Amino acid sequence: MSFNPNIQAYCCHYTSQQSCSENGGGLLEDGFPANITINRLPCSGKLQVSTLLQAFEDGADGVYVVGCPKDSCHNVMGSQRAAKKVLAVKSALNELNVEPDRIEMFHLERGLHPEFIKAAIQMDAQIKKLGPSPFNGGGK
Amino acid sequence: MIVAKRKPVAEIVEMVKEFKRVLVLGCRGCVSVCSAGGEREVEILASLLRLGCKKEGKEINTICATLVRQCDKEYIDAMDEWDGQYDAIVSMACGVGVNFVANLRPFAKVYPGVNTTFMGGSVDQGVWSEQCAGCGNCVLHHTGGLCPVARCAKSLMNGPCGGSVGGRCEIHADVPCIWQAIHDKLTQLDRQKELLTIAPIRDWRSAGHGGPRTSVRDDLTL
Repeated sequence: MSFNPNIQAYCCHYTSQQSCSENGGGLLEDGFPANITINRLPCSGKLQVSTLLQAFEDGADGVYVVGCPKDSCHNVMGSQRAAKKVLAVKSALNELNVEPDRIEMFHLERGLHPEFIKAAIQMDAQIKKLGPSPFNGGGK
Repeated sequence: MIVAKRKPVAEIVEMVKEFKRVLVLGCRGCVSVCSAGGEREVEILASLLRLGCKKEGKEINTICATLVRQCDKEYIDAMDEWDGQYDAIVSMACGVGVNFVANLRPFAKVYPGVNTTFMGGSVDQGVWSEQCAGCGNCVLHHTGGLCPVARCAKSLMNGPCGGSVGGRCEIHADVPCIWQAIHDKLTQLDRQKELLTIAPIRDWRSAGHGGPRTSVRDDLTL
């Protein structure tokens, strides 16, 4: 049976404005994987480590964050802070002997729809390769 | 403040995996300031413990709480609120807090969530460095306020040792030689002549060799 991962995306409103504003509708037609849930944020810097961990607790097989390019964040340092939080979760997953690649950070230019979809497809492929989360009984 | 760092998650999971209900207890004192055991870190550790146990095929429930301080009896008393709701406590306070909870809750199983590292200060955002060794016999009035006990790798009282290069410690090249800094500081204050006075052999008894130290203020005791 093929594995259809539960992937949670945390997306900065400004980075993915175009994609978010379509509420996922147009995205699917352009190839955005249907198994990815977009969680829209006012700024990726708003994210807390505990929120990302909670996503895994709630059954996510993979998690990723989309924020502005490092040097042009709408809120100055937000996406850099988000990247640090993602690193902290990677490190925590590592401590738990779980693949750190289950979480990623993407810095994307604002409004570039194809790049947003490309990141989603990349993440979907990455998590499919890793298999189900060990937290969901998918341990090898 | 007292600086601490969270223990590796696997180590804490190992401590608590036999329990079903764990109280993850933070402290709003020093460990909150150094981002090791405050409210946010409690939430993160609780999540990691649940995930770690889940991975092992076990379920644990966590209660997340923080006390104003874990180094005062009156605040430990506030733990009554969770009586009967946990099988074990992971204290994210410094070692003092863990001891206080263990002292005052004789039947509670208390585990440390952090490693207590040193007394220091925040030199930059997210960076802490040791500044005081709590040796019980302060010499800072002789050294321009810079501590050779805590900040010299050899705790020399008549430094520098001769091994420093370019004002850097020979043991840790990224650390300034504190005796060089003391020399510079006293020169700046036009007190460099004081460096010619030889400090006597130090009596280390006040530094804790001989059991736990106690401090009593008669004016405050009841």
